[in-house]
Amino acid sequence: MSFSSRLRNVAMTIGFFAVEHPSLLDYVFVSEPVIRAKNIVKKYDEFVAVDGISFEVQRGESFGLLGPNGAGKSTTMKMIAAVSTRTSGSLEVLGMDPNTDGPAIRSQLGVVPQEDNLDQELRVRENLLTYGRFFGMSRAEVATRADELLEFAQLTDRANSKVEPLSGGMKRRLTIARSLMNDPQMLLLDEPTTGLDPQARHILWDRLFRLKERGTTLVLTTHYMDEAEQLSDRIVVVDKGAIMAEGSPAQLIRQYSSREVLEVRYGSDKNASVAKKIADIGERQEILPDRILIYSDNGERDLAEITKRGHHPTTSLVRRSSLEDVFLRLTGRSLVE
Amino acid sequence: MSATVQSSAAIAPSRRFGGMFAGNARAVIERGLRATMSSNYLVVLSGFFEPVFYLLSMGVGLGGIIGSIEVDGTSIAYGAYIAPALLAVSAMNGAIYDSTWNVFFKLNFGKLYQTMLLTSLGPLDVAIGEITLALLRGGVYAIGFLIVMNIMGLVLSPLAILAIPAVILIAAGFASIGMAFTSYMKTFQQMDWLPMVMLPMFLFSATFFPITIYPPAIQIMVECFPLWHGVEIVRMLTTGAITPMIWVHLGYYAVMLSVGVVVVARRLRALFLD
Repeated sequence: MSFSSRLRNVAMTIGFFAVEHPSLLDYVFVSEPVIRAKNIVKKYDEFVAVDGISFEVQRGESFGLLGPNGAGKSTTMKMIAAVSTRTSGSLEVLGMDPNTDGPAIRSQLGVVPQEDNLDQELRVRENLLTYGRFFGMSRAEVATRADELLEFAQLTDRANSKVEPLSGGMKRRLTIARSLMNDPQMLLLDEPTTGLDPQARHILWDRLFRLKERGTTLVLTTHYMDEAEQLSDRIVVVDKGAIMAEGSPAQLIRQYSSREVLEVRYGSDKNASVAKKIADIGERQEILPDRILIYSDNGERDLAEITKRGHHPTTSLVRRSSLEDVFLRLTGRSLVE
Repeated sequence: MSATVQSSAAIAPSRRFGGMFAGNARAVIERGLRATMSSNYLVVLSGFFEPVFYLLSMGVGLGGIIGSIEVDGTSIAYGAYIAPALLAVSAMNGAIYDSTWNVFFKLNFGKLYQTMLLTSLGPLDVAIGEITLALLRGGVYAIGFLIVMNIMGLVLSPLAILAIPAVILIAAGFASIGMAFTSYMKTFQQMDWLPMVMLPMFLFSATFFPITIYPPAIQIMVECFPLWHGVEIVRMLTTGAITPMIWVHLGYYAVMLSVGVVVVARRLRALFLD
């Protein structure tokens, strides 16, 4: 059989299959967004926490909301999690409206809230069991699932320990395990590694990355650019309740920043005056109180030029652009203040 | 296209109740019982002894001096007079401890209800579950107290067995009102108002003497408070002197319970789902 006829056979088989099993093909080829937000607004009396933001999240995607504290990230998450009623705009989560179908949506979600809210009156494994029961799962089902998830969260040896003495990282892992009890279609993580030490953060990222590999849709908020870069396929940058930019980490950096950044420091009283004399170097500059950032495609060359002009910095650093620079460019402020 | 959505392990709750009720209050009760087992249940037991001590001191001590008192034309031993009132009080205490201080901590510090409402539970599940837990505690206290009463020979009628469902209703009424009250409390100072209501109610609701002692205006005031109705129900049952008024008293508790459940569910919704 020739290659082309074989190909035709395959095509015919697919065509036949498509007629016989339309819904299955939809599943394979049509990607229905799991979140569809249009102009959503949340007001608390006079205060506008979220000011008309729109975005979509596809199934299996890892989506990040990046922004400083108070940008409206957590409020957005709460609206998606159907625990906060939006003031206006349209929002669809898994095809349902959170304002009216709260419990039905929540039954399909896993939520890891910002603040630690484990049940201190229960032990580690019991936290998982009771949480599963809240979703109406059977006793046998929650028992099996709890053991699997303790394994996943690397907490099997602490199963019967109390919650209070666990380290911050362990508590976070337990909270993530808990959020997976109902085998959710989508996991919402609000500032998942805030307050954790670097090692605990890396363990957590590893666990989240495994979930991502398994195809779980992740939606996370963070004010750490490295976290956003590690975990998100796509990011929206939020500030003061509105979206500033959207794209993959690499796209955002390409669009809003240069390839490299040169950081020079002359001491806080001299930075501004030196900056005036080297203003023509690089594509763009940001003068911060403690340092000058020079954006260009070749940091080393610019540093050589600055030194040639006789402005020897106390310290200097050439690095690649990050989301932090994107944020600075977009808002004129840094992420972590 | 929505047919492609694969289901998670959770059972999707019915949409009938507009997101208020998933029909799973049982899971909330289960969690409460597990927490009681897991933490110190001796603390729970301690609340049982308060009315027992009153019964011993007032009933035996004071009763020895007073002897018997005349109520509605019949003479009754003082101990047998105050015992049913203290039975109602023990149901009230159990329900109130659980539905006020415990709920206050779960609400403001443990973030328990907030967490529950991240799942498919609705506010009504949480309200019914937590109120049931509180009434269970009240019920356990009351049954224990009834046994003590029986041992001390203070149960005058076989109808006293009906006091068990009656005290459970009383406990349910107090539990739901207690939780409704607590849902508005934000600080410890506000919680201090509670004894200001509880103590006078305990002392003046025909607990230790008939309310006919008061002038009519004060009598009417006492009759407005829930404990008086509870005391009347239990006293009728343990002494056997039942009048049709019992239906009014029972009705009072049915209303109290319903109002409490509705208020709690609405408050939880306003607090955590707004």
